[in-house]
Amino acid sequence: MTAATVDRVSSGARGDQPPVPDGAVTITVRIQRFNPETDSEPRWESFGVPALPTDRVLNLLHYVKWYLDGTLTFRRSCAHGICGSDAMQINGVNRLACKVLVKDLLSGGGKHTTITVAPIKGLPVNKDLLVDMEPFMEAFRAVKPFLITYGNEPTRERIQSAADRERFDDTTKCILCACCTTSCPVFWNEGSYFGPAAIVNAHRFIFDSRDEGAEERLDILNDAEGVWRCRTTFNCTDACPRGIQVTKAIQEVKRALLFRR
Amino acid sequence: MQFHRYDVVIVGAGGAGMRAALAAATEAGHAPRTAVLTKLYPTRSHTGAAQGGMCAALANVEEDNWEWHTFDTIKGGDYLVDQDAAEVMAKEAIDAVLDLEKMGLPFNRTPEGRIDQRRFGGHTRNHGEAAVRRACYAADRTGHMILQTLYQNCVKHGIEFFNEFYVLDICLTETENGPVCTGAVAYELATGEIHVFQAKAVVFATGGFGKVFKTTSNAHTLTGDGMGIIFRKGLPLEDMEFYQFHPTGLAGLGILLTEGARGEGAILRNAAGERFMERYAPTIKDLAPRDIVARSMALEVLEGRGAGPNKDYVLLDCTHLGAEVLESKLPDITEFARTYLAVDPVTEPVPVYPTAHYAMGGIPTNIHGEVLRDNDTVVPGLYAAGECACVSVHGANRLGTNSLLDINVFGRRAGLAAARYAANHELIDLPETPAAVVQAQLELVLSEHGKERVADIRTELQATMDANASVYRTEETLKQALHDVQALKDRYAHISVQDKGKRFNTDLLEAVELGFLLELAEVLVIGALERKESRGGHAREDYPNRDDTNYMRHSMFYKQGDGLKSDIRLDYKPVTFTRYKPMERKY
Repeated sequence: MTAATVDRVSSGARGDQPPVPDGAVTITVRIQRFNPETDSEPRWESFGVPALPTDRVLNLLHYVKWYLDGTLTFRRSCAHGICGSDAMQINGVNRLACKVLVKDLLSGGGKHTTITVAPIKGLPVNKDLLVDMEPFMEAFRAVKPFLITYGNEPTRERIQSAADRERFDDTTKCILCACCTTSCPVFWNEGSYFGPAAIVNAHRFIFDSRDEGAEERLDILNDAEGVWRCRTTFNCTDACPRGIQVTKAIQEVKRALLFRR
Repeated sequence: MQFHRYDVVIVGAGGAGMRAALAAATEAGHAPRTAVLTKLYPTRSHTGAAQGGMCAALANVEEDNWEWHTFDTIKGGDYLVDQDAAEVMAKEAIDAVLDLEKMGLPFNRTPEGRIDQRRFGGHTRNHGEAAVRRACYAADRTGHMILQTLYQNCVKHGIEFFNEFYVLDICLTETENGPVCTGAVAYELATGEIHVFQAKAVVFATGGFGKVFKTTSNAHTLTGDGMGIIFRKGLPLEDMEFYQFHPTGLAGLGILLTEGARGEGAILRNAAGERFMERYAPTIKDLAPRDIVARSMALEVLEGRGAGPNKDYVLLDCTHLGAEVLESKLPDITEFARTYLAVDPVTEPVPVYPTAHYAMGGIPTNIHGEVLRDNDTVVPGLYAAGECACVSVHGANRLGTNSLLDINVFGRRAGLAAARYAANHELIDLPETPAAVVQAQLELVLSEHGKERVADIRTELQATMDANASVYRTEETLKQALHDVQALKDRYAHISVQDKGKRFNTDLLEAVELGFLLELAEVLVIGALERKESRGGHAREDYPNRDDTNYMRHSMFYKQGDGLKSDIRLDYKPVTFTRYKPMERKY
């Protein structure tokens, strides 16, 4: 996709605005817009939004959608960082809009500031901040992200020590938001790369003591589009809203490949 | 318009929907052609926000049995629970947990490597003696792990998903034996196209409607679509006046902090630092069921003992648990408090207040997940499970962890029943013009007929429901709420959406969702007005006692007529008793 060009300040309000709460400051929210039904290329549009320091960026997007421009389109659901719907570039870095507070983006005196919001990079933009997640989910599904076991199942639970359970705890936290994968320069340039999230989910099973499918998954990740593409830029680790040590997980998968039989 | 044909169509891809899909695909003895339709992506569903655990009497860490779990569920539900259903749920809980473990769910472990268990509100040893460790958990991410594990297994078994397909209607074909469900109609968000899915069996697993309230733990997308569709078809909804307020929402925000925190030893305190639950529930204190704790908190605030500058919340004190317990067993809620309130639970108590959380009522079903069209007649081919359904295992108040249990036990049962029904029945013709209702509905919303904004109506709805129909209710507040909701319905007839496009029109989506919210809010309020007693999650200040003589019965709500402003007929259904006689509820 080419860089967005036209910079427009929106005047289009939808009737009266709701009352501005005490302590609110006016934030300029600059949003990359793109609707293939009407636009030939992305454009920038700015909206003035009254916001409290404790507001989430998601609140500002809702304000725009509900009171200024109903055509603004983005995904969201849980609004507290659990469902992974609202990954986007906020001031140039991948974040969940529901997990970034305005106060953390206010500069200097905090009186007036601009927040720039754009879709996550490397996936086709369907409309405004909403991207096509299918290539991302396809990479996830390709690494066999499920427990693989052979032989008869026990009648009760499988036994797993607390230490063995702890071994893969970090990578169980993934919410498939795509913040990591779409922050990866390798993924930007070569969309065929599995990307960090898929590897994180492979790691979650490769290091699960109950699992017997590590070889199958390692073979998949040993592929030309697999873990060896990782250039350890650590963008993924910085981007993860769940605090997963993504780059470390990828390196652990590399080690597993080097040291298996 | 596109047509599809499947054996089984499942609507909703949260825990109940995906558990149903897996049961249909792997346990029915044959593999029906199954499609899962979801308005989100599967792993976005709100099952993922559940935190504390899933109860089952595994007895891994102390003596326990499913009969105690059954009793706790019934008493917790203030005896409005159908006891046969509670028995099924508590008995099958054990396999439900073990099944999830075998699917790969990473439960926390005991030192012996078994599934670890912790205490939870209302779950007790030997019929109320003391709190029991019954909740199986994965830190405070149990719902996340369930959702991920079920989706992982759906990938494993090649379950077919239609993501961002918003189901807006079901197809009922009239036969000589009454209506039979023959399919569902969906709006494809990406294209604006209508899809008709013909099916032998349809399973509804569409979740709750917490967005009728302002302060809620629920996702923006929980707008009661499934319940609303059923209601508009003239089928009943059950016990809608019973809505649960979870005691510990982050004050002012409603974001959930798990009851598992109190299960691990956290204490609720008022402004004076007093452990006030000792006064309200002397035996199990902070681990009393949610309705009791939420009312106690509201009373502390009403009587001036609230904390903070406006004395409008209480405090959840976790400071004595230590950083290690918080980081290892309650990491997510620790982070929520830090992120959203800038409060560190390791060193400071967290401001909390009840938050609208869970609908006990919903689409009435029997224990096989079959949807009922009156007190006992099944609608062939139609099933429901999870929060959108009312079996009724939660009665007037759901115990913590029993929703994750419900979705697994009854999601599985509904999926199995649907698959078996599909194996033994032929496709039945769809009604003529199956998509007509949906097309007309969407065209109406998109047409120009006024200047009302969806956001304004929704905001006012949520404000009146918070003020007038939440933890405590009176005739006066409920009448106000009813008046407000009906006035908002009038205004809804004049809404306009700005986005007229076909592509990912979420402006249109929100408008349609609001229609369901308004309808369900009215049902809730009418049910609350008519139930002149206090029971479980329904607390009437003007009728503070439980009245078993007049109200030991389920409410059944039927829509009369077609328009948004139609009448509601209220009927009743007896509660099923097996072995437990109603007693006064003390903890």
